[in-house]
Amino acid sequence: MKKVLIASLALIFTMGLGSGWAASRDYISIVGSSTVYPFATVVAENFGKTTGFKTPTIESTGSGGGHKLFGAGVGVEYPDITNSSRRIKKSEFEKAVANGVKEIVEVKIGYDGIVIANSKKAPLFKLSRKDIFLALAKDVPSGNVAGKTVPNPNKTWKDVNPALPDVKIEVLGPPPTSGTRDAFVELAMEGGAKKFGWIKDLKKKDKSAYKALCHTIREDGAYIEAGENDNLIVQKLDANKDALGIFGFSFLDQNSDKLQGALIDGIAPEFDAIADGSYPVSRPLFFYVKKAHVGSIPGIKEYLAEFTSEKAWGDDGYLTDKGLIPMPAAERKKFRQAVENLIPLSASDL
Amino acid sequence: MNKYSRNDATGKNTLAGKNHTSTKAAAASTMDIVNQGLSRRYNAEKRFRLYGITAIILSMVFLAMLFISIIGNGYTAFQQTFVKLDIFLDPDTIDAQSLKDANYQGMVKQSLRDMFPEVKTRRDKRRLYAMISSGAAFQLQDFVRKNQQEIGSVIQLWVPADDDVDMLIKGHIPRDVPEIERRIKDNQLAWIDRLQDQGRIEKRFNTTFFTAGDSREPELAGILGAVSGSFYTLIVTLMLSFPVGVATAVYLEEFAPKNRWTDIIEVNINNLAAVPSIVYGLLGLAVFLNFFGLPRSVPLVGGFVLTLMTLPTIIIASRAALKSVPPSIREAALGVGASKTQMVVHHVLPLALPGMLTGTIIGMAQALGETAPLLMIGMVAFIVDIPGGFTDPSTVLPVQIFLWADSPERAFLERTSAAIMVLLAFLVTMNAVAVFLRKKFERRW
Repeated sequence: MKKVLIASLALIFTMGLGSGWAASRDYISIVGSSTVYPFATVVAENFGKTTGFKTPTIESTGSGGGHKLFGAGVGVEYPDITNSSRRIKKSEFEKAVANGVKEIVEVKIGYDGIVIANSKKAPLFKLSRKDIFLALAKDVPSGNVAGKTVPNPNKTWKDVNPALPDVKIEVLGPPPTSGTRDAFVELAMEGGAKKFGWIKDLKKKDKSAYKALCHTIREDGAYIEAGENDNLIVQKLDANKDALGIFGFSFLDQNSDKLQGALIDGIAPEFDAIADGSYPVSRPLFFYVKKAHVGSIPGIKEYLAEFTSEKAWGDDGYLTDKGLIPMPAAERKKFRQAVENLIPLSASDL
Repeated sequence: MNKYSRNDATGKNTLAGKNHTSTKAAAASTMDIVNQGLSRRYNAEKRFRLYGITAIILSMVFLAMLFISIIGNGYTAFQQTFVKLDIFLDPDTIDAQSLKDANYQGMVKQSLRDMFPEVKTRRDKRRLYAMISSGAAFQLQDFVRKNQQEIGSVIQLWVPADDDVDMLIKGHIPRDVPEIERRIKDNQLAWIDRLQDQGRIEKRFNTTFFTAGDSREPELAGILGAVSGSFYTLIVTLMLSFPVGVATAVYLEEFAPKNRWTDIIEVNINNLAAVPSIVYGLLGLAVFLNFFGLPRSVPLVGGFVLTLMTLPTIIIASRAALKSVPPSIREAALGVGASKTQMVVHHVLPLALPGMLTGTIIGMAQALGETAPLLMIGMVAFIVDIPGGFTDPSTVLPVQIFLWADSPERAFLERTSAAIMVLLAFLVTMNAVAVFLRKKFERRW
């Protein structure tokens, strides 16, 4: 009895050792952004159902985590595609090249709006990007003296802008690991900070101080990191009328009976406004493919073809039903060509 | 009167002082003190019992709240709305040689247009098509494949409705709010009402929930993939942790010398039982994925990680079971001439087996509900295909619940609760089996 046990255990372990096991991967492995995850999963499911290939497995690791796994090397044990809600950073690109991932194809899939929403039972907020910066930054300009900042003293929205309601500032938003947060600080907060002339000049003089001023969010409890679970934020907003939440447009779309999106610089977060660029807080979504894997893992080219087909990412495609804002036709054509010819990214593009 | 009062048989305080009246007063006050103390003691006991009963009632109330909220949210998921469509299988569009290339989606759309010929604009047509699930086309494809003789005639097919229509029929979308706040628009409401009047809308038992894998469309999503993944993972865990755990416990209890090394091992095993489970996930990532190069997201690696997590529980339970076997059995076996190994394997082990089984079942029930260690080895992923073996990518039931809880579609809310009900049913069953086995095979020495 014991001999059988020892023999079977030894068998399992020897089978496990060695990469001969992993060499037989016949499905596409995708990692990356939790914002692109809802869109990539729909494409993957359609791809699996309509072609004979296995459905790709998609993990939601966050944009940063995805780039780390993606750039770790070339081989069956590394992922083939990474989704990203921001462009790949130069440092991530260089690290990937250093690990042997020399040819990466960049594909933009569309735009996503970031909305600041609150419960429909509360009054609609009309914010400007300057208001957002003054409400959420860690240090704000003091008076009109150039160069002088104080820790953020604003406790209510009325302190920030007398036209806004006298309600405590309470914003639920993504954590520092999220690409959504990166995009939000860059578009909304930096956009608002630039309205101060001296901060705008600071960008040329001292870039790191400029970034620190614009991108650091207050930590005194007014901004609450609500994790990656957007459903939880929706529930909390429903329960707390005074709170605002920061998340992607697709969640607002699915919960439009409970939530309303704040106007930013006078523009409401609607499909058309985000598509034509007038809504200021929208960012492009990407995914990156390893050219080296295209021949060896079956189905990558067909998956790319499915993702870049008009019925997926076009103006009437199924991804728009899920809340993705499509790119203009010219951009779609450009990226479809990049995918068909697998044109790799070069360091100078970043 | 207790033994501490110094009264003789007549009731007089024999050790009292010379003053007669003081003895009576003293006797009265002693009794008072005693009685007061007694009443204090009884009150304390009553209060203690009350605390205990309150604690039990409070926990039953919380448990009831948990079950009621989950069942309340989830029971509607066991039904799915179906719509009866009359579809004309146009022989011009279906080529018998290549069935899978036909435009089934087009045929479904055509049948909708035939039912509502007054719908003209592009936008309204999109709204019309959106009422039927995208899975209808695949269902039609299956039907044609199996019933090729029907090509050319009109068939009636019950297809699943879109998740928004499903939510409306189940009453989760209110009809009385303004159109802009609803996901079902006014014209869609009118069409749905008409379909209902024609008897074309029906709620049926949701078999898809039990037979399909994960999907982005809630009406096509099911738990079979997750349940299969859990099954394979648990098999690997059981096959590895039970023999190793029992063998370790037997060795440590019966054969190992009682010195400092075994003490250190025992302390470490007890500590490992308290280590947070995500640490095992990190260990699995470092050792199994990075060093041994095993594939990501497979039940084999998940089983290895959960084995490491369950081993301390099984070892501790098995040792307790072995300790409970009385020494008289061991001495008796040795006395009739058995060797030490024979004594352990033929006499002690069978008697300790019920306790070991209980510990194993409880360990397995714990492993079934784990999500955190599997996060690091890649099992928290969107996987549609049902796993066929130990090396197919798969996910487990708690992970599926976690992923669905994160989805924005309203229909996933009820499916999440339904999946929680299934998981709880499994766990309650496993724990009940453990209790039953323990009661049945328990021996009182």
